[in-house]
Amino acid sequence: MLLFGYAFMYVPLFCIIALSFNDSRFVTAWSHFSFKWYKALAQNSIMLDAALNSLKIACCTATISVLIGTLAAIAIVRVKRFKGKPFFVGMIAAPLIMPDVVVGLSLLLLFVSMTNLLGWPGEHGILTVTIAHITLSLSYVTAVIQSRLTEMDSSIEEAALDLGATPVKVFFAITIPSISSAIMSGWILSFVLSFDDVVLASFVSGPQSTTLPMVVFSSIRMGLSPQINAMTTIIVSILTVCVAIAGYVIYHSGKKISNKPRQEKKRWQGLM
Amino acid sequence: MAAKSRHLNKIEPWHDPEERPYVYIENITKDYDGSAAVDEVNLSVYQGELFSLLGKSGCGKSTLLRMLAGFEMPSSGKIYIDGIDMSGIPPYRRPVSMVFQSYALFPHMNVEQNVAFGLKQEKLPRSQINERVDDVLELVQMLDFKKRKPHQLSGGQRQRIALARSLVKRPKLLLLDEPLAALDKKLREKTQLELVNIQEEVGITFIMVSHDQEEAMTMASRIGIMADGRIIQVGTPTEIYEYPNCKYVSNFVGAINMFEGLVVEEEENYAIVRSSVLDDSDIKVEHSASAAIGANVSVAIRPEKVVISKTPLKERNYNCAKGVVQDIIYLGDVSIYHVELANGHIVYSTATNLFRIAERPIQWDDEVYLYWLPENAILLTA
Repeated sequence: MLLFGYAFMYVPLFCIIALSFNDSRFVTAWSHFSFKWYKALAQNSIMLDAALNSLKIACCTATISVLIGTLAAIAIVRVKRFKGKPFFVGMIAAPLIMPDVVVGLSLLLLFVSMTNLLGWPGEHGILTVTIAHITLSLSYVTAVIQSRLTEMDSSIEEAALDLGATPVKVFFAITIPSISSAIMSGWILSFVLSFDDVVLASFVSGPQSTTLPMVVFSSIRMGLSPQINAMTTIIVSILTVCVAIAGYVIYHSGKKISNKPRQEKKRWQGLM
Repeated sequence: MAAKSRHLNKIEPWHDPEERPYVYIENITKDYDGSAAVDEVNLSVYQGELFSLLGKSGCGKSTLLRMLAGFEMPSSGKIYIDGIDMSGIPPYRRPVSMVFQSYALFPHMNVEQNVAFGLKQEKLPRSQINERVDDVLELVQMLDFKKRKPHQLSGGQRQRIALARSLVKRPKLLLLDEPLAALDKKLREKTQLELVNIQEEVGITFIMVSHDQEEAMTMASRIGIMADGRIIQVGTPTEIYEYPNCKYVSNFVGAINMFEGLVVEEEENYAIVRSSVLDDSDIKVEHSASAAIGANVSVAIRPEKVVISKTPLKERNYNCAKGVVQDIIYLGDVSIYHVELANGHIVYSTATNLFRIAERPIQWDDEVYLYWLPENAILLTA
């Protein structure tokens, strides 16, 4: 049963990868091995521009999400007197369950009316897509960093204060390094979320900012080209590497966390 | 029993009215949402002391320690360290260092970086930092582990590094929050003595929080017993054990037999107490606390001071009881006898195991006689 489940997930992927080295111009029929479609892809400027757009958007999204997400997580975990904290926590997690279509449509409406009223952000493009992606990935990043901060023994920050470090120094020398693994994995997570989003991007992108998943998606309607197989193979490879790095980082930080001392129960001897 | 530090200016500075306390806690209160975690505590600790705050969890001892470190601000009252008022001084400007229960080593730094962290904040030159780090690591015998990360160390080793990291700052006062609680029993006993030796060597005043009375007895020059946010008795381990000032302290430190009764006779240096527990004998107790005739009091007697015997002792009309051995708890060096009196009350008596267990003269269900000396009992009015 388990094998069947795995097969269902991975066999199609392997088919695509195998077929990307196919010489035939049909997407599904195997003739013989070649790099023909990779060469064609390399000359396809629409695809390449879209890939570049996606890369830019994903990098910006990941970096900004991590910055805001870290601050949000610190506010949630560390600020003791924080009125309306449950409300804030709920609000930041809401996009996790909100359908992408709803988020995309509402952002589109927001951008349009803002442009009418304020003249900003004007024409839709990389900026609007990035903003949309940040709203999506921020909740994931905050959740990841928040859980790491909660696990972290806050006495190590107190120890640093005690040893003479000012609060600002403690933040940069102790807090940030301690949650660096969560920041890293948050970055990779939001990069991936942004890189393969098609719904939000369809709503808020402009003519100059078509992302790679959008191109792939629309080209299916035009009739499939085996170039898609080649593109997919490249994307899958990149994502696999990203996820592997994130997994490795998280696994290693997990080992470090477990160095908290064990609490031994006190046993009284006799009838003390 | 108590380790007498050679850095104490006098043998017992707390008895000298001229001696100025090094750490002076004046009327400290800490309120959390209306209830007092620490309630009007006054305490003087003298230079070179190893003072232990002893109490159950939730008695306010950790809160008091955290106020000394500056992590919590007192609701009212003041703390003076070496004569300087600490109000409003943040933790990073206090001449105080703390060893945390979890050790709180920085996981992303190796041993050397952990220990050097405090000195780097003082902006000392590199060579001086290295020298002091090496010195302190040698003191705690961890010089060979300089490049290890905290997760590569055992519990005992981490404890030493946490101690070294605090000591290297040469604080005026070192605070220790249950420093040995995370170690297993054997290691804890060994580390207790090491900690006392290190304290004597560096001469820094230590204030240690503990819930383990054995630990406090072994290590401290003086102990402060805390309950419900208050300090109820301060004294040397001997004073606390032999002369507890109330029922709570006598019960908390070590085991004790307690007899409730009425004072029937009061003389200059002894009192006679009649208790319903002892059917055919009154209790004679030497006392310092005065109790009026007819007052309700408790008489406490430590199990090791209750003599157990199979033959009746010479004719006496006080401090004796007859009962049946109901249970014997064998602890290797000593055995604790649970003796049930005719009225069902249990009296504990501890005796050294002079014989192997098979030849033990007193066995289960034996009829035995108990006796104790008036000067060994404690009269408690509170």
